[in-house]
Amino acid sequence: MGTCKLKIFRFDPEIDKEPHVQTYEVETREHMTVLDALHEIKWYQDGTLSFRKSCAYGICGSCAMTIHGKNRLACETQLSTLPREFTVEPLRALPVIKDLIVDMETLYESLYAVIPYLVEKRPPPTDAERLQSEDDRKKLDGLYECILCGSCTSSCPSFWYDKQYLGPHALLKADRFIQDSRDEGKAERLDLLDNRHGLWRCHTIFNCVEACPKSLNPTKAISDLKKALIKGKL
Amino acid sequence: MEWDEKEAESLHEPRGIKPHYIHRHDVVVVGAGLAALRAAISAAGEYDVGVVSKLFPTRSHSGAAQGGVAATLANVDEDHWEWHMFDTVKGSDYLGDQDAIEILVKEAPQVVREMEHMGCPFSRTSDGRLAQRTFGGHNKEFGRGDKALRAVFAADRTGHAMLQTLWEQCVKHKVRVYSEFVVLSLIIRDGVCRGVCALELRTGEVHVFHARAVIFGTGGYARIYRVTSNSWTNTGDGLSICLRAGIPIQDLEFVQFHPTGLYPNGILITEGARGEGGYLRNNAGERFMERYAPAKIELGPRDVVARGTRTEILEGRGINGGEYVHLDVTHLGKDKIMERLPQIAEVVLKFAGIDITRKPIPVLPTAHYSMGGIPVDLHCRVLGDGKERVVQGLYAAGECSCVSVHGANRLGTNSLLEATLFGRRAGKAVVRDLREGLEFSDLPPDAAESALKEVSRLREAKGPEKIALIRNDLRETMQTKAGIFREAGSLQEALDEIMELKSRCKSVGLQDHGKVFNTEMLEAIELSHMLDFGGVIVAGALNRTESRGSHFRTDHPERDDENWLRHTLAFMEGDKIRFEYKPVRITRFQPKARTY
Repeated sequence: MGTCKLKIFRFDPEIDKEPHVQTYEVETREHMTVLDALHEIKWYQDGTLSFRKSCAYGICGSCAMTIHGKNRLACETQLSTLPREFTVEPLRALPVIKDLIVDMETLYESLYAVIPYLVEKRPPPTDAERLQSEDDRKKLDGLYECILCGSCTSSCPSFWYDKQYLGPHALLKADRFIQDSRDEGKAERLDLLDNRHGLWRCHTIFNCVEACPKSLNPTKAISDLKKALIKGKL
Repeated sequence: MEWDEKEAESLHEPRGIKPHYIHRHDVVVVGAGLAALRAAISAAGEYDVGVVSKLFPTRSHSGAAQGGVAATLANVDEDHWEWHMFDTVKGSDYLGDQDAIEILVKEAPQVVREMEHMGCPFSRTSDGRLAQRTFGGHNKEFGRGDKALRAVFAADRTGHAMLQTLWEQCVKHKVRVYSEFVVLSLIIRDGVCRGVCALELRTGEVHVFHARAVIFGTGGYARIYRVTSNSWTNTGDGLSICLRAGIPIQDLEFVQFHPTGLYPNGILITEGARGEGGYLRNNAGERFMERYAPAKIELGPRDVVARGTRTEILEGRGINGGEYVHLDVTHLGKDKIMERLPQIAEVVLKFAGIDITRKPIPVLPTAHYSMGGIPVDLHCRVLGDGKERVVQGLYAAGECSCVSVHGANRLGTNSLLEATLFGRRAGKAVVRDLREGLEFSDLPPDAAESALKEVSRLREAKGPEKIALIRNDLRETMQTKAGIFREAGSLQEALDEIMELKSRCKSVGLQDHGKVFNTEMLEAIELSHMLDFGGVIVAGALNRTESRGSHFRTDHPERDDENWLRHTLAFMEGDKIRFEYKPVRITRFQPKARTY
């Protein structure tokens, strides 16, 4: 099968003044993922290596990190798609707590800031669901699947420059509700996004589209929101 | 300002805990999956709620559920709650408590519609209502009719859609979440629950949560098996914490093995794939389920299909003689697959390099769900003796609890339903009890003693044993000796092995002695939990000398209603496990032979 070398960013706030890189060699096997490799290291070589993980199949979003320069989920990334030597770093532009574990608070705060829940002004039907046509439901495809992993916003140069930028993940979440025919908070939400730290910070760089492990398109969502805003003003 | 230990003690606060690490809430919810969040929302309008979870809520394992949530909405075809009740009772191999099941199926339509009202992005019919599809074990006309269209779904990401929706509602209701706090112990004195102790991963500090009511929604444990659909974090923490507090765990011998996990790890391939028309084939290309469930074939209940699949494998008819069979959806066509099963198309491509529109999927049975759990009454109040005596101030809902609605085997789509419905019920019960005067009970001075001891012991642990090796051995023992087919000899071996592993665990050594985000310590804590409830699963399997639902004994292959139509309650007392029993509550459907 062979081996591979992982060059991993290490930082222990209780011991280190500066981060440093540590290289580990791992024996590979078929269908092995980066998460499997990290486990091999943690369990059999260096128990101090710290990272988040949970579902191991790409739905919980815990294990987003920068692997060989690209943001991905460690549990989904097959070693066979990477070179024999590659780097593993924590998500960019977020404070590092320890090793590959970053402080996600900024990303959660921007979600709270876009009213990330259904806004209903009228009471729902008493003994039935609200109706939604298949076409209207389709508008949510590509938006509701987001697992809040942070790959997109932490790959965005606009976010690197402006930490107050809401970021593609929050704007995608906003679009998920603005596109939802049942939501009655469109105007409110668009208003919240209409500022230099909101929609207008996006310069269509497209890093988010490249980074998203679920193949979602935040740039398109942002561009749809911009159109909706402009339309509303005219 | 210096924290004065003597001064803190004089205030009767728990010893060893810094004052600003004691949190008081009316309600403390442990866990942040569907049951926990639904309970939190129920109570949040009126009372102060704190959610304590070892994961950020949207990372909870509920989000991994795929297929759907059952309710007799009758949106696509005729359906009635009585039929759903019959299917669930029969599916449970008659061990489910029928009064609880009646609540489950009757309230289901309202609970599912409420999820939609909250904004859950369920898939729709052509006339805009909630779409419903077939699922294993769900039929019309009390099992005599055709497959029922009962599963409400959001493509094949139903759990994700529901969990995101409930988290959004928590944001809306400004529920306070203590994220990445690992619960270590229950504070119970004189039959009254006063709160919990938890480790804050970020700082390594132990906190005390003082509450009028504690709701456990801590989920399942299937990571204890080598091949599993469950997250790494599903380590049955809530179960072991209750066992250690003297609370029995009910029916833990009933472990559900989902028939279709992706080979070799066991990643979930939804039953919905069979609901949409997929076939299971052995090496000879035969749809082998025709032999084990002649009427329902691939859509028999999970235990029947898992046993059929495992038998094919054991008898050498696995693909190329291997440990797996084929799940074939190629005949459904690309459009249908991309519309109804997009997530599993992605997962199978990413993890096995297979395009499911062109090739069959290699699958094997995978440890999936716990039918057993913390015994509760119909209002989710935890029963300290397993039968009648309520532990004041303690509630449980979802997979960690046992009402029992699933008995010896759970039907697909009934778990998302149970979690949401009983989570809601638990929240409402807490609100009623709080209104009626359930107050704070004092924290004893030694409330945090066992938690602090556990943490400091692990922090210093320098023994020769390695966590990973003990865990590997445990998972292998469970996989080979407490799996789908069980028998006395190997179950006894498994018990002995677990005893040995517990002893090895005492001399475990950690490499990470730090406080900040010590994930090695977390793994050690989780391992000790797994060893505790693992012993209970095996002892329960050895104790129950019959076969029922998902528990199959090759040395006792028949169902034995005369001796075993009863629930098991397992008490962990030091190294021993003691069993008591309680009757099954039968109301509408008398036990009959169970064939599909």
